[in-house]
Amino acid sequence: MNVTADHFASPSDADILAGLRLRLERAAMDEGLLDVAYTTLDSPVGTLLLAATPKGLVRVAYELEDHDHVLDTLAQRLSPRVLRAPKRLDVAARELEEYFGGRRRVFDLPLDLSLSKGFRQLVQRHLPEIGYGQTRTYGQVAELVGNPKAVRAVGTACATNPLPVVVPCHRVLPAGGTPGRYVGGPSAKVTLLSLEAGS
Amino acid sequence: MKQPFEKVVARHGDTVLRVCRVLLGVHDAEDAWSETFLAALRAYPDLPDTANTEAWLVTIAHRKAIDVLRARKRQPAPVAEVPETPTALGVPGTEDAGLWEAVTALPEKQRQAVAYHYVAGLPYAEIAEILGGTTDAARRAASDGIRNLRRNYQGVTTEGAPS
Repeated sequence: MNVTADHFASPSDADILAGLRLRLERAAMDEGLLDVAYTTLDSPVGTLLLAATPKGLVRVAYELEDHDHVLDTLAQRLSPRVLRAPKRLDVAARELEEYFGGRRRVFDLPLDLSLSKGFRQLVQRHLPEIGYGQTRTYGQVAELVGNPKAVRAVGTACATNPLPVVVPCHRVLPAGGTPGRYVGGPSAKVTLLSLEAGS
Repeated sequence: MKQPFEKVVARHGDTVLRVCRVLLGVHDAEDAWSETFLAALRAYPDLPDTANTEAWLVTIAHRKAIDVLRARKRQPAPVAEVPETPTALGVPGTEDAGLWEAVTALPEKQRQAVAYHYVAGLPYAEIAEILGGTTDAARRAASDGIRNLRRNYQGVTTEGAPS
């Protein structure tokens, strides 16, 4: 018999580590070291990744975006102190569940828009002005933000929205009447629009 | 590129727990683990991208374990407590209570060298950095440790062990 790490393992290690992991999560929160907290939420448009800084909800991501990749990006752009910590996302998760259940029309959450800059952030700030169940064209949104010629840039701002569903880029459509492109895929966009149309 | 800290915990959590057990026994290992990962989380943004994450975590665990051992010396366990039998230091569910007895009987440096080489899998050069001596001294401490384990616990051989 050789001395290896296995000799110091125990069948109950998975449980012990789960308990230690929870203790770390709490201590990180108490010590102000939880720069980015995240959790996942099952929804009619697939599993969503929710991430928050101490300022507020900073990212909602579809499975299509690859959650591991999204977490890597958050570690690079915000802070590598990223931990799964569902508690900070409790309110966001509850509001999203209410929304998907047809019981909520407006999100009332602190948002951290630090992942987008300049014109994109300006567009994203205006998107919540498009009410539940309504839609606008990219051109109309360009007018809304006071830059009627910036139709393409509005398209880019919607495509790079770090907070889909909560910041309603799904309510912006091409002029032709098709659903158009969407960060969560066209079928997710149709699902959200149908939900809001009450059908 | 630096990974999210969650991945560091997932990847190295079990190894650090085993290292802490060899250094401190089962009871104090969990506190040392918690202290290690909280300190690591604090310092993580400053860790160079090229650093060996496991060696870095073991270095922190080493310091935390020394803190625990010092605190033990300052505050001997209350006599009212039930005296620990050697097997109480063992890992629940493992059959090798004898191995635990032998490990806990090792001198501190040998115990550390065995933990860092045979449990964490670190090369002797890294272990020398942690223990503050030469690479040869680290190698010697590990081989002395294994020899002592063999003497005190018949189940141990070094055949095929990493050198």
